[in-house]
Amino acid sequence: MREIEYDLIVETVKNLAIEANSVLDEDMYKVLEEAYEKEESPTGKEVLKQILENDKIAKTEMIPICQDTGTAVMFVEVGEEVVVKGGHLKDALYEGVRRGYVDGYLRKSMVKDPLRRVNTGDNTPPIIHFDIVPGDKLKIMFAPKGGGSENMSVAKLFAPAAGREGIKKFVVDVVDQAGGNPCPPIIVGVGIGGNFEMSAILAKKSLFRKIGERHPDPFYAELELEILEEVNKLGIGPMGLGGTVTALDVHIEYYPCHIASLPVAVNIQCHANRHKVAIL
Amino acid sequence: MSDEYKRITPPLTDDVVADLRIGDKVLITGYIYTARDSAHKRLVELIKKGEPLPFDIKGQIIYYVGPAPAKPGYVIGSAGPTTSYRMDPYTPPLLELGLKGMIGKGQRGKEVKEAMKKYKAVYFEAVGGAGALLARRIKSVEIVAYEDLGPEAIRKLYVEDFPVIVANDMYGGDLFLEGKSRYRKVG
Ligand code: SF4
Repeated sequence: MREIEYDLIVETVKNLAIEANSVLDEDMYKVLEEAYEKEESPTGKEVLKQILENDKIAKTEMIPICQDTGTAVMFVEVGEEVVVKGGHLKDALYEGVRRGYVDGYLRKSMVKDPLRRVNTGDNTPPIIHFDIVPGDKLKIMFAPKGGGSENMSVAKLFAPAAGREGIKKFVVDVVDQAGGNPCPPIIVGVGIGGNFEMSAILAKKSLFRKIGERHPDPFYAELELEILEEVNKLGIGPMGLGGTVTALDVHIEYYPCHIASLPVAVNIQCHANRHKVAIL
Repeated sequence: MSDEYKRITPPLTDDVVADLRIGDKVLITGYIYTARDSAHKRLVELIKKGEPLPFDIKGQIIYYVGPAPAKPGYVIGSAGPTTSYRMDPYTPPLLELGLKGMIGKGQRGKEVKEAMKKYKAVYFEAVGGAGALLARRIKSVEIVAYEDLGPEAIRKLYVEDFPVIVANDMYGGDLFLEGKSRYRKVG
C-alpha cells in the first residue's frame, strides 16, 4: 500500500486548475503559429494573431486565457495500492477545485441545479470520471471546459449500417452547424462505440491527446485525417468569420459495442484547449 | 477589406456607423457598457414599462461580457466576449432607442440584422477566448447598475485600442455568411 496525503491532492488539483487555465501545452502554441501561417483569410489571420498574443499574455501573467474558466472536468486513475491519508479522495478533489477557483481568481460558472440556476460560488462540483488501475500512483487529468464549445457538442445513436461514411458525414455536419459559436479553430473529439454515455466520455477523453498525434490504429488514424480535411473545407475559419483553418485536429477514440448499436459522440473543444495532468 | 485599423470613439454617429463595413478591423477608444443576459432582461422590462434606462444608450456600444474576477493589481479579470445570440430577443428595442454598436461573438438572428439596418447600427466580433488580451485594453471599470447581478452587473468600461472586427454592418452585410461562402470548398 502507498499512502498519499489528502493535502497534497488538494494542492495538486488547485495548481492544476490555475495552471491549466493560464498556460497551454507547448504543442498548442506551435500549432496556432502554424495555423496563422496557413490561414488564407486576412480576417482569419487577424483573429489568430490576437489568439496567439492572448495566449502569450495569459502565460506570462498567469491570468486566464479565457474568462470562461469552465466546468472542472477530471479523469482520475486511482492505483489499486493507493490509500489516501487524512481524508477522502473525492473530498480532496472537490477542495482542490474550490481553492483553485477561489484563490486563483477564476470565474465560477457552476449553478446548483440546472433549472433554478443559483451559482454554487466556488465552481464545485467538478465532473469526475474515476478509473481503478493497477499500481500505486494517482493520475489526475484536469480540463476546464467552457460552455461555448460544450454547447455545440452532439451525441447520436446510429444503426450499424451508417458505417464509416455515415459517421464522417455526421461529424462534419456537427462542426458545420456549430459555425463560429465554439470559438474556432477547434479540436474535434469523437467517441465511437461503447454505449450512450460511453461514447460521450470517449469523446471528452480524446481531447487530452496531443495535437497532431494520431490514433494508434491506422484505420482510425486515417479516418481522423479524412474528417479533418473535410472540416477545413467548410470555410468557417477562425471565430467563424471565414477561412481555411476551422479545426486544428480530430481525435477519435473507440470502444467495443453491442451488435445492434453504433453510438457516436462529438465533443467540440475551442482553441482555448486547456488541460493539464499530474501524477502523484 | 483593408489591412488598416479604423479608430472610433463612442458615442457613435450615423456617419461613423455608415463608414464601417464587414471585415473592417476597428480599434475602439472611449467608454463602452457591459451587459449580458440578466441585465438585458431588466433593460427591456424598463422599456416596456416606459421607464428610463440606467444610462443614456444613445450612440453607445454594449459589450456582451461576464469577466473573470480581477487579480490584485488588475482593474478587471479576463474579459472576452460571450455568445451573442442569447441577447437577440432583447436587442431590437435597444437599437430602437439609439444603441449603435454591440460587441460579442457568433452570429446574430434575422430580427437583429433587420433592426441594425433600420436603426443604423453595427455588430462587432471580438475574438472569443482572447480574454487576457482584451482585459489589457480595459483601463477602468465602474458599476453603473444592477450590482446584485455580480459579474452580470452593467459596467462602464474605459477602453483603449480595443480590437474588434465588423461582423454585421448597417447595409445588411454579414461576415459570417460571406466569409464562409468565400472559403467554402464543399456544397
Ligand atoms: S468557447 Fe472556449 S474560448 Fe470560447 S468563450 Fe468559451 S471557453 Fe472561451
